Amino acid sequence: MSPRSRHWQWLLVIPTAAPLLTPFANRIEPTLFGVPFFFWYQFACALLAMVVITVVYLATREGRP
Amino acid sequence: MTGVVLLGFGAARWRRPADPYHLEEWSVGGRAFGNWTIWFLLGGSMYSAYTFIAVPALTYGVGAIGWFAVPFAIVTTPLTFIFTTRAWSVARRHGFLTHSEFAAARFGSPGLGALVAVTGILATIPYVAVQLISLQAVLRTVGFGGEWPLLAAVTLVSICTFRSGLRAPALLSVVKDVLLGWMLITAALMVAMYGGWGSAFRGAATRFAATPNPADGLLLPETGHLGFLTLVIGSALAIFAYPHALVGMLAAKDRDTVRRNAAALPVYCMALGLMAMLGVFALARGVTPADGDLNTVVPRLIHEYFPSWSAGVAYAALSIAALIPAAVMSIAAANAFTRSLYRTYLRPNATPEAEAWTSRWVSLVVKFGAAALILAVDPAFSVDLQLIGGVLILQTIPAVFLGLLTPWFHRAALTAGLISGLVTGLVMLWDIPKLDATGRVVAEHFGGSSWSLGDGRSIYVGVVALAVNLLVTVVLTLLVRAAGVRDGDDRTRPDDYHADAGDPYLKRLDELIDGLPTGGSGGRPISAPYPPHHMPEQRVP
Repeated sequence: MSPRSRHWQWLLVIPTAAPLLTPFANRIEPTLFGVPFFFWYQFACALLAMVVITVVYLATREGRP
Repeated sequence: MTGVVLLGFGAARWRRPADPYHLEEWSVGGRAFGNWTIWFLLGGSMYSAYTFIAVPALTYGVGAIGWFAVPFAIVTTPLTFIFTTRAWSVARRHGFLTHSEFAAARFGSPGLGALVAVTGILATIPYVAVQLISLQAVLRTVGFGGEWPLLAAVTLVSICTFRSGLRAPALLSVVKDVLLGWMLITAALMVAMYGGWGSAFRGAATRFAATPNPADGLLLPETGHLGFLTLVIGSALAIFAYPHALVGMLAAKDRDTVRRNAAALPVYCMALGLMAMLGVFALARGVTPADGDLNTVVPRLIHEYFPSWSAGVAYAALSIAALIPAAVMSIAAANAFTRSLYRTYLRPNATPEAEAWTSRWVSLVVKFGAAALILAVDPAFSVDLQLIGGVLILQTIPAVFLGLLTPWFHRAALTAGLISGLVTGLVMLWDIPKLDATGRVVAEHFGGSSWSLGDGRSIYVGVVALAVNLLVTVVLTLLVRAAGVRDGDDRTRPDDYHADAGDPYLKRLDELIDGLPTGGSGGRPISAPYPPHHMPEQRVP
């Protein structure tokens, strides 16, 4: 992995930090399908983690031109 | 259930190796598993019955605090992407099977490796026990109370693992996920039939308001954030330090397999979130646990609300979800024993056959030890058992997890830090009384892993102990360096952490052990306590 593509890994800070923002997430409204924000926020974080990790994986994949 | 057992035996034939008696073949499936297999195996071992039974039990019992498992699971996925990839590479170059071997090689200290191994084994046994408790909860709900059904199930899975090694859990994981997927779909339909999540959460809120406990509810109390966050962070770090975290990943065939898996793992986090919300639904519907054991909440919910044939599928899913991690964990603990204690201290000349044989038997001991543990200890909140194990395993973080990043620490300082962390953790855990729902003390000691700060706030013991551990490690490293004590020899090289499949220096473990390129064992004894290390000068073509 080149040092330059390694910078992409800093993106991983986002999905690591997002699930930990409980003072921000600790609320009922807005609800989604009746689920309080505190609960569905973590589902959103899981989706975010999938997207970010996939992006970093594609950006740092070895053997690409 | 019969089908499951047959599959377990059949797994021995699946991708049958030429020589099944190597420890490597038995314990990490010859290190040749691809994307799908690894994904299922990891899901099977890291998202276990503990998760699917105990987490809903927690959200049922205390509400928002039980939700900690979901952010914790999510945080682990980016960390997996970085750290497990490094661990995979260095382990493939050196033929490590366990964290303890890595720590010993990184910091040049077999003693540190042995300490990591012992800590790992001690922490794994309650974790296996937690899986068995979940299994017992399912068995109890379907009417098989008592000890014998549990022992019978443990015996069955032991025989499967004994014969097939990691292949059995890998194959069973696929079955489990199919069943679990079916169960989640059924659960979603059930929730929709009974008024949807809106009514479930409103019902649960009413019930939480009626309890005397101020800490429960759909949201964290103002004083609850510190406890919640330290629990999330502590658990997320701990998951990497458990011996079984490495086992599943090492079976991957290349780095990309590991990295792609990290991207797909959040799917399991969502399944876990759905399960956790079932605890809320159960509370709103007024499901009552059997014998006051909260672990039976999910099985009871299934029993009352699922059509009977669908309930059967769900029970099977939960049972397998308990047995797979139990199998993987016992394999991992057995490897730690074999590699860092047995081969290092007891029988340095052990042949590969002897190693594999020892691991098999130790894995049996671990499983039955765990069964004995739950029959002897009252498992009211099974998560607590696992959290105590978590406090122990967290103390290996500086040597194992940070060791992947830096060789800076001194071996003596790491050893001292680990011991002071363990002592701190155990003293604090000893001091925590167990309270019942009304706040009355029902047990003096080991009542949980949240240390109260007095003003309603609490902090996870593992994080405090880890802080003490790190402080001791850093200060002592500086002191020891100043005193001029020699460092241990770091047997790893920086580029070891980036090696990939196809790397000319990447060796199969049997080559490293036997020096035979054909992979035949030949029973050649090992002269050194470690596999012969390929020296840098040998790398020059």
